[in-house]
Amino acid sequence: MEIKTTGVAGTLESSDIQIMISKGSNGIELDLDSEVKKAYGDQITKVITETLQKFGLENAKVKATDKGALDCVIKARTLAAAQRATETSDEPELEVL
Amino acid sequence: MTYVKNRLRRTMMFVPGNNPAMIKDAGIYGADSIMLDLEDSVSLTEKDAARLLVYEAIKTVDFGGAEVVVRVNGQDTPYYDQDVKAMVKAGVDVIRLPKTESAAMIQKLVKDIEKWEDEFGIEHGTIGVMAAIESAKGVLHAPEIAEASPLMMGLAVSGEDYTADMHTRRYPDGRELEFARNMVLQAARAADVYAFDTVFSNMKDTEGFYRETNYIHELGYDGKSLVNPRQIQMVNKVFNPTKEEIENAQNVQNAIREAKAKGSGVISMNGKMVDKPVVEKANRVLETAKASNLIDEEGNYLGE
Repeated sequence: MEIKTTGVAGTLESSDIQIMISKGSNGIELDLDSEVKKAYGDQITKVITETLQKFGLENAKVKATDKGALDCVIKARTLAAAQRATETSDEPELEVL
Repeated sequence: MTYVKNRLRRTMMFVPGNNPAMIKDAGIYGADSIMLDLEDSVSLTEKDAARLLVYEAIKTVDFGGAEVVVRVNGQDTPYYDQDVKAMVKAGVDVIRLPKTESAAMIQKLVKDIEKWEDEFGIEHGTIGVMAAIESAKGVLHAPEIAEASPLMMGLAVSGEDYTADMHTRRYPDGRELEFARNMVLQAARAADVYAFDTVFSNMKDTEGFYRETNYIHELGYDGKSLVNPRQIQMVNKVFNPTKEEIENAQNVQNAIREAKAKGSGVISMNGKMVDKPVVEKANRVLETAKASNLIDEEGNYLGE
């Protein structure tokens, strides 16, 4: 999968997470901002990384701003952002979820 | 989750499909059905994200035993196909088609559902369909729409779009909706499917909400669409049978049992003749009472 543009999905509202994905060259580089980073930072990182790998992205810069999202929301927003970044939103890759 | 044709459907609560906070909490209010919306409450730029969010939510969120309905985008939009595909794969209970105007539209939906069921190896008939009636054309075709498929769960009147199509608007007395409400209800009853009334969106007007809910309950509607969880208890209050109605229904059933034991053909209770429609009404009251946990299996009253 090739990143063609910067893809953003999700909002800054409570229980949501905003994910921004852009081109990278050094694996998945994640910058996570979350009030619950201490307790859940590892889990959020794992969900985002695994979702991107399943989607087929090896290299990407990811900026995530978490507002207390559940795993299912993190997955859905990560995939939405990845599909927007690769301009494949018309064909949702449901198998990734 | 699997579609069940007959169940309690007093309240159908609308939940915007791109709002994680509202989706996450949707199951805690005790709505009979939860309608996750991919259509009007989602902006055009967020259709893809909402679809993925609703898909993942159906697979993981606990909706507290409520029936899960998804309103997909209309068949005239580029989102419809992928919406149906994703909801079939997610295993939704019912798909609601907006702006339904003909039986053919429902038959197309059922065909599309079956196509995706085949692709994902899902048994046919595990997802029900319902039609939102939102235009003059839809109202006039309600009878054929209600009978369009054995998978038809029900018809819902959508007052805002309908009144716009009729060159009017919503009024407090609801006279502008009289024909549509009666037509849709007749069509639903004739086809043995459920009938749902439109939303009442002025949350400040409690009196108006009760007036409208009492009115549609009187007509014979099965339930009402809601936009706010606070309205759930209000609708249940109107739709649940009273203690007196339950006792009366139980007396009817007892009278029948006694008469049968005696081999008597004519049944009377308190000097009034009990005939078939009276018995049917009594049975319906007790079924609703049981489904709303107002009586237990033995018929003991559990309400306050």
